[in-house]
Amino acid sequence: MAELHVELVAADRKVWSGEATIVLARTKSGDIGIQPNHTPVLGAMDPQPVTIRQADGTTVVAAVHGGLLSFADNRLSILAEVAELADEIDVDRAERALASAKADSEAVAQRRAEVRLLAATGR
Amino acid sequence: MGAQLRVYKRRIRSVTATKKITKAMEMISASRIMKAQRAVAASTPYATELTRAVTAVATRSNAKHPLTQEPVDATRAAVLVVTADRGLAGGYSSNAIKAALELTKRLKTEGKTVDTYVIGRKGVSYYGFRNLTVTGSWVGFSDKPTYQDAKEASAALIDAFVTDTAEGGVDELHIVSTEFVSMLTQNPVEARLLPLSLAETEANAEEQGPFPLYDFEPSAEGVLDALLPRYVESRIYNALLQSAASEHAARRRAMKSATDNAGELIKTLTRLANTARQADITQEISEIVGGASALADATAGSD
Repeated sequence: MAELHVELVAADRKVWSGEATIVLARTKSGDIGIQPNHTPVLGAMDPQPVTIRQADGTTVVAAVHGGLLSFADNRLSILAEVAELADEIDVDRAERALASAKADSEAVAQRRAEVRLLAATGR
Repeated sequence: MGAQLRVYKRRIRSVTATKKITKAMEMISASRIMKAQRAVAASTPYATELTRAVTAVATRSNAKHPLTQEPVDATRAAVLVVTADRGLAGGYSSNAIKAALELTKRLKTEGKTVDTYVIGRKGVSYYGFRNLTVTGSWVGFSDKPTYQDAKEASAALIDAFVTDTAEGGVDELHIVSTEFVSMLTQNPVEARLLPLSLAETEANAEEQGPFPLYDFEPSAEGVLDALLPRYVESRIYNALLQSAASEHAARRRAMKSATDNAGELIKTLTRLANTARQADITQEISEIVGGASALADATAGSD
């Protein structure tokens, strides 16, 4: 089965890299699924969890807070200022952050906490 | 103990204490260089990918974006200088400042007004002492910058860049920082962040071969809009990390030579103290011998 190479990179570290069969992400103009041999694409992303399916059926979910994806030559790079894998996320902390962001009506912080929770719990 | 000897002993003690401090600082800096270098390495994948993407959009698309357009007659420029928060790092801060002042002078001869932005306490106090105007400054993170710090600084710079020149905005964005070449060499470097200098991006493009024909989501302009602030942030972040590594390397070198000099001084002072002690002893002996022979003469005379 054809695979594409994925590099998930945050500003200060490489979060994840490996082979995948399909990657789902949300760009500014809508959801996009990238499979091997996709046409080269360069897109600005909305804050939303990114799902990476691997050949053995396992999925990697990461909270990606905005950023950019670029795909060419079967190589997908996802660049974000902040990106975390689902199992790195502290759910309690994200819930607390969500509550305080809602109370202070801070849209960015709220969205960030929501994306974290979405990635970590699938809710 | 003679007075001379006591003075030498005291100085040796004080120099030894100083040497201990400089030695400790040297070792701390040496360990932090490693950490700073690792941080530079960790941020490199992001920076390279981002630069590649920016170059791809800028060269491949026909999008006209203010951030990539060469202004016809630039009248105002912003210069960001990266210096240290603390001293005792040899010429690290002053070299960066010197490079920034040269750049400012050059921009002025080109007829541009220059807004100066400063990072690091040393730079702030330099400009403050000389009554030079500083438009913005950030301090407190020069030895361990985070992405958030870079974001703060670049937000102000991008703000100034997108503001109309008539309302106090700038047409160009320059950054002066210190490049970490090796443990022994750190060079002050200047770079123009915005507008994107095409010569630089084209040189990169040639190295990496031709770019594929990208589809842009949502559009080339939309991608550029999202991309360029990130690009500036990442360039500033990289400059901050490089400068932090350079600062530690410069401090290590300065402290190493201070330690060496203290060792040299202790050696000289010990020699002098030994001479003084020996002189004291010689004098005492000659006094005793003189006294004894005087006594012997006196006894011989009475016989």
